[in-house]
Amino acid sequence: MKEHETLEQRLQEQGVSRRSFLKFCAAMATMMALPPGSASAIAAALAKVKRPSVIWLSFQECTGCTESLTRSHSPTLESLIFDMISLDYHHTLQAASGFAAEQAREDAMKEFHGKYLLLVDGSIPIKDGGVYSTIAGRTNLDMLQEAAAGAAAIVAVGSCAAFGGLPNAQPNPTGAVAVSDLIKSKPIINISGCPPIPAVITGVLAHYLTFGALPALDDQGRPKAFYGETIHDRCYRRPFYDQGKFAKTFDDEGARNGWCLYELGCKGPTTHNACATTKWNGGAGFPIEAGHGCLGCSEPKFWDAGSFYTPLPAPAADVTSAAKAAAVVGAVAAVTVGAIDRGKKTLAQQSREKITVEDLKGN
Amino acid sequence: MEQEMLLWVRGTGLQIATAVFVIGMVYRMLHIFMLGRKKSLAEARGSEWSGGFRTMWKRSFVTTKLSARGNFTVIAGLIFHLGFFVTFLFLSQHIDLIRAVLGFGWPAMPRGVIDIAAVLSIGAMIALLVHRFIDPVKRMLSDFQDYLTWTLSFLPLLTGFMLLREIGFEYITLLTLHIASVELLLVIAPFTKLAHMFSTFIARWYNGAVNGFKGIEI
Amino acid sequence: MTISLQNGINTLIGQIDAPIASFFSSCVHCGLCADACLFYTETLDPKYTPIHKLEPMRRLWQQEYTFWGKLMQKVGLSKPVTDEDLAEWEPLVYDSCTLCGRCSMVCPVGNDIVYMVRKMREGMVASGHAPEGLKGATQRAIELGSPMGLNINTLNAQIKHAEKDTGLTVPMDVEGADYMMVLSSAEIADYPEIIGAVTRIFKQANVSWTLASDGFEGTNSGIQIGSSDLAAEIVGRIVHAAERLKVKFVISPECGHAFTALRWEGPNLIGRPYPFKVIHIIELLDELRSSGRLKTEGVDETRMTFHDPCQMVRRGGVVEQPRNLMHMVAPNFVEMPDAGVQNWCCGGGGGVSANHRAEPLRVKVFSRKKEQLDAVNAKTIVTSCSNCRTMLLDGLENHHMDTEVIGLTELIAEHLADNAEGKAS
Ligand code: SF4
Ligand code: SF4
Ligand code: SF4
Ligand code: SF4
Repeated sequence: MKEHETLEQRLQEQGVSRRSFLKFCAAMATMMALPPGSASAIAAALAKVKRPSVIWLSFQECTGCTESLTRSHSPTLESLIFDMISLDYHHTLQAASGFAAEQAREDAMKEFHGKYLLLVDGSIPIKDGGVYSTIAGRTNLDMLQEAAAGAAAIVAVGSCAAFGGLPNAQPNPTGAVAVSDLIKSKPIINISGCPPIPAVITGVLAHYLTFGALPALDDQGRPKAFYGETIHDRCYRRPFYDQGKFAKTFDDEGARNGWCLYELGCKGPTTHNACATTKWNGGAGFPIEAGHGCLGCSEPKFWDAGSFYTPLPAPAADVTSAAKAAAVVGAVAAVTVGAIDRGKKTLAQQSREKITVEDLKGN
Repeated sequence: MEQEMLLWVRGTGLQIATAVFVIGMVYRMLHIFMLGRKKSLAEARGSEWSGGFRTMWKRSFVTTKLSARGNFTVIAGLIFHLGFFVTFLFLSQHIDLIRAVLGFGWPAMPRGVIDIAAVLSIGAMIALLVHRFIDPVKRMLSDFQDYLTWTLSFLPLLTGFMLLREIGFEYITLLTLHIASVELLLVIAPFTKLAHMFSTFIARWYNGAVNGFKGIEI
Repeated sequence: MTISLQNGINTLIGQIDAPIASFFSSCVHCGLCADACLFYTETLDPKYTPIHKLEPMRRLWQQEYTFWGKLMQKVGLSKPVTDEDLAEWEPLVYDSCTLCGRCSMVCPVGNDIVYMVRKMREGMVASGHAPEGLKGATQRAIELGSPMGLNINTLNAQIKHAEKDTGLTVPMDVEGADYMMVLSSAEIADYPEIIGAVTRIFKQANVSWTLASDGFEGTNSGIQIGSSDLAAEIVGRIVHAAERLKVKFVISPECGHAFTALRWEGPNLIGRPYPFKVIHIIELLDELRSSGRLKTEGVDETRMTFHDPCQMVRRGGVVEQPRNLMHMVAPNFVEMPDAGVQNWCCGGGGGVSANHRAEPLRVKVFSRKKEQLDAVNAKTIVTSCSNCRTMLLDGLENHHMDTEVIGLTELIAEHLADNAEGKAS
């Protein structure tokens, strides 16, 4: 494998002008909410970096994350950023297959040991020794541990890799877990979402390339620049929420008037993601603009939080049966203890001695 | 963690709290009846039932002339209870919950009304607490339970108000705190004077029944 | 020894019933009941808060009948009710409560506090914590037949006077009469005019009535001290006499507690319904009025007001009747503030008047009544309870007020229509 050239050289080879490169850097800076002057700094830094080796491992996943990334329209920032890295292994995208593919992975791991960036999508099943998902006869668990050992950092792409996602949902038959549940010794950055916003993936990569370090993360390991606010915080329907104006069905007048989707199950208030600002499909819009509430896809356990269409205040479990059973228990207890207490009362009444006039005398 | 905690309070936590509340309340209310009451052998001059039901309703409004401290208690108490019920029963988010559990709901009140009710209720509660400290009668009657139940009734109001305006914490944190505070209230209510939310109607009925039996219109 | 802490505790545990459990479960410590009680309003001493008077009983309820209370008791964290506690509470339960029932009307959660005080007294007697004055009165009631120590000879002497004054015979032990009249000690001793008054009224209205030589005393100290055992014995005499004379009605005198004892508690005390009905004299007079059998002539222009005896009005439901009667003869009848079911106690009911220790407190709290009277500025207070009457006279004297106090029955008798036979010559 030849030594990676710098990004500048590579872009020049591809005929990308310096002007559009600077535009890209400026866009990156805004997206990550960096101070105004930083665009040129990014440009300078990016120009000099050598394209690092990236290994992308896909485990228990649906390929939605890869789709999200590759289906974005070109020429876009997303496609640009992929020119900045050397994607040495991605079993869906790469041309090679079978032994050749695995060989490429092992070569890259050896050559760039301690320097390559490991991207993971999909969760890792660990039940029964991890037999529920294997690649080339090796379990995901095994492969992850091996690849993680030589990685400079790990990027968990999508909610499955970040939090366990769909495979981890109740009853979790494969014992699926997140990358961070298994790997403790490497820096991990979670880019959650089902799928994650492509611009966020590239944005994080750009940040890593520019500054050589991971961006500031929230307590879920997500970059604050993209996950610092909730959908609800930046939702354009928010004024309706504050006024208590809610659509009750998907086709009532409220829905046509663009009122808040809270009562239709929108999870925007508890979901941290950049959809409302970064938007999807090249900035075309985001789900709420299409009239559908947020599913909460970038949050842990979102599959287990009840129906997507039940409003947030609704119980996430069956309280009615609990209440009915409790009523029976309470009634039985009351009757039992009540009978005992009634007996005690009768006994007290029986052992009470009658007052006679003699008792008023004396003292 | 936050999502898990929210999920827990919306799920298992709510189930536990509901179960404890229902067991406790059913137990306490039925246990009251289990202690029995002797039927009067005197000749009735009126009906126990109508007297009982009349007082159940009418005692919600104290009409006796009272001193300044009494009037304060009645008015602040009324504002607190009204505010509490208005926010509890007429905030759209609460109706969502009720609809999810019972299968039916009713129209919500405008947010402005809810806000006013909540603020008045919170204000009345604080005033009542201060009064509990300074009024000699209340101070003498009060014990630990009074302050505990005050706190537990106050927290849902406070966290609910903060949640509506996202004051201090994130929505998810406030929502979790709000639900948790309600669950705490549910768990403790049956075993404290908060049981009056049901037993007051039994008490009023018995009180009114005595008068009804004697044919006294009170 | 019958009198013991244990007997008191047993009694109290036996007294706690569903209503009491609901009351203690509901109390929110709002302190409103204090505002209803004249012992608090006139002293501003928080210990006179009605619900506080029941603290030992509440503790027993908690320890015996609640989940936490039982648990606390098991682990030894609860404070058992001691003789000292009961001794400390004795003045609260007896001296500062007239069983007026005003607190029961105010409590927002609906606690019938007076219902509990009445029952609490059962435990107080059984544990030996009743006031001396009440013990003496009850003892006399049992042994001599009347708390004031009067006997049939005293009554006979008063009857003679009445017969002389009215020229009418006062019927005694007439079997088969419709009505049997019962009197209160205070009437026999201090207001014997009542005998002549009812004799004349019944003559005019043609009521078939009698007194009973073995059942003339209505005052029931047993109720006031709070001993059902003794109260049953006292009320039993009236029941016995009424059954012996086969009357249809027993007339309760102008005495509030006698009415409560006879009308509401009596059948429960003796454990069976009466074969006769009980009617308050004021109820009967109003019935006679509305059926046209009671006729008055002339009016008294004096500015008058009416003091509601707690047991007859608030606790007895005879509210409109006295007012109907007042309007017959008193054109200048004015109601005092809080009149009717909300009226304030004279301060001497529920055995307080028989309890010498309570006297200074009773005199002090009369200020409430004085305030009410000052507000209407009446020349005469009419009432229909001989105990209230004595308390009013006493209070007025203490406050140097020259207001007249008179019984309602007498007021009516004074204006009995002239065509009535047997008008005093
Ligand atoms: S639609 Fe969802 S995110 Fe938007 S305001 Fe309503 S609840 Fe919040
Ligand atoms: S709006 Fe919500 S559910 Fe939809 S993609 Fe964004 S975070 Fe996921
Ligand atoms: S019954 Fe009357 S005197 Fe007794 S506590 Fe109640 S208000 Fe006070
Ligand atoms: S008024 Fe009722 S609730 Fe309030 S302190 Fe008195 S008994 Fe308790």
